[in-house]
Amino acid sequence: MFSTIVSQVINGLQSGSIYALVALGYSMVYGIILLLNFAHGDIIMVGAYVVWYSMSNLGLHPVVSMLLAIIACTLLGMLIEKLAYTPLRSAPRLSLLITAIGVSFLLENGFQLIFGAGAQTVPTLVSGPSLSLGSVTVSFPAMLTLVVSILSMAALTFLVQKTKLGKAMRAVSEDMGAAQLMGISLNRTISFTFAVGSALAGIGSVLYLCAYPQASPTMGSMLGLKAFVAAVLGGIGSIPGAMVGGFAIGLAEALVSAAGLSVWKDGVVFAILIVVLLVKPTGLLGKPIVEKV
Amino acid sequence: MKRYNEDAKLVPVPSTNIIPERDVDKSPILECRHLGIDFGGLTAVDEFNMAIGRTEIAGLIGPNGAGKTTVFNLLTKVYQPTRGTILLGGMDTAGMNTVQVNHAGIARTFQNIRLFSKLTVMENVLIGLHSSMKYRLPTAILRSPAYWRQEKGARERALELLSIFDMQDLAEHEAGSLPYGAQRRLEIVRALGTNPSLLLLDEPAAGMNPSETAELMENIVKIRDTFQIAVMLIEHDMSLVMNICEGICVLNFGRIIAKGTAKDIQNNPEVIKAYLGTRKEG
Repeated sequence: MFSTIVSQVINGLQSGSIYALVALGYSMVYGIILLLNFAHGDIIMVGAYVVWYSMSNLGLHPVVSMLLAIIACTLLGMLIEKLAYTPLRSAPRLSLLITAIGVSFLLENGFQLIFGAGAQTVPTLVSGPSLSLGSVTVSFPAMLTLVVSILSMAALTFLVQKTKLGKAMRAVSEDMGAAQLMGISLNRTISFTFAVGSALAGIGSVLYLCAYPQASPTMGSMLGLKAFVAAVLGGIGSIPGAMVGGFAIGLAEALVSAAGLSVWKDGVVFAILIVVLLVKPTGLLGKPIVEKV
Repeated sequence: MKRYNEDAKLVPVPSTNIIPERDVDKSPILECRHLGIDFGGLTAVDEFNMAIGRTEIAGLIGPNGAGKTTVFNLLTKVYQPTRGTILLGGMDTAGMNTVQVNHAGIARTFQNIRLFSKLTVMENVLIGLHSSMKYRLPTAILRSPAYWRQEKGARERALELLSIFDMQDLAEHEAGSLPYGAQRRLEIVRALGTNPSLLLLDEPAAGMNPSETAELMENIVKIRDTFQIAVMLIEHDMSLVMNICEGICVLNFGRIIAKGTAKDIQNNPEVIKAYLGTRKEG
């Protein structure tokens, strides 16, 4: 019993760290242009296809394929921002949101058209020794996922807190107008935010494939939605919130499975969303907006 | 169109306190010609003609809704003018956006404080300084010696700027936690960080008590003297305007109704009419 719980917790941390990486992209983009970028989940899908294509069809080394996928995701995120969102910068938020949903459909159906609706099996990406802790074994992909995501999150925190571009990002997310008047270029800062968010999604995509080696056109939508719930749970717009939310959702899923209710996994995640929105809409670490009267 | 200077250097702070020689260069830093903007059918500002000397303190006054902040928004390209030209140091700013105008030398503060309240005081000032710094992301990640030199220089510069208002001890505080007066002063410091040649202050004394206003007046003059820059301010506090502004421009319904020194303005019948209304005869 105990070992089941421990191994489920490890599973939870593994999927949780992937949710966290994806949730960070949601949160960062929301923080800066108040857009729920529903195309974000599909970037993961594109990353998975890049890995599959470069390994199965081009015969590239797994590491090269994974790096290619991360680069492709980064560029795709920037491209989507330039083509779809930049022209709408002064448009109402709703237009942006609907455009994001449109981009998501475009990617999903586009890939379905090109590669077919079925799932493609991705060859084994990484292999290594697993770690035995008494009766519990931690698989190599699980360890790798945890280490890589923690390193990525540390790098992101450093980037946001300590670099010039990070300061610019925080300034733009607080007051876009004032930031411009202080000489901060909006295009560059927003583009950079999308690049970082999409790179994290790319890393998430690769780590996801280590655990579930399949690429399908719709794989991004459920993963993206769960990451979105994680971002809302942590407090959308908050970077530490997205990390906490991601791990919380992963653990919640794993514990539901551990209780023998794995059919209810998805239901529980969305129940969490409803409860958060009812009880604490600002999320765990989000700051409530106080209107001064 | 002349290119604006992208590589503007920080203005050095003179170590001595001698009163600098004034107006060596007589050409104006800012010149507005026939400047105007319409919002739909409404003309908010029209025929705005004004020139400000390189180290002049100029005042822009007028009743509420006269279009003063609109003029600031035109100068900083928050709004693109419908007509007219804005020359900054003799260079046409047509086609520039807000960021380019800032890099070209115009910095401003806001009527309602718009600090980055979740960033520290130091970070707020660094935001301005960074737009004139050179290093790129790889340098920042690798933390090369060049990066440290620049970063150290920027921090020293930020502290130096904060010391104008004796705020260097507040550097690590969150900007939003400062008292109101300090937030207003920090806005001025942040604007100075972008190394302007023209500083626009939108109601800098709003909400300040008389002794704070008196201190602010001294500091505005000190900023002008130390950095040798032009200052243009919108203000309702007439003691401040009349005391420190060398040139005053009065705006009413979007048009200039009077220009001149404090004395000219105080005796101008048009101005008295705009502020007090017309006296009913009999």
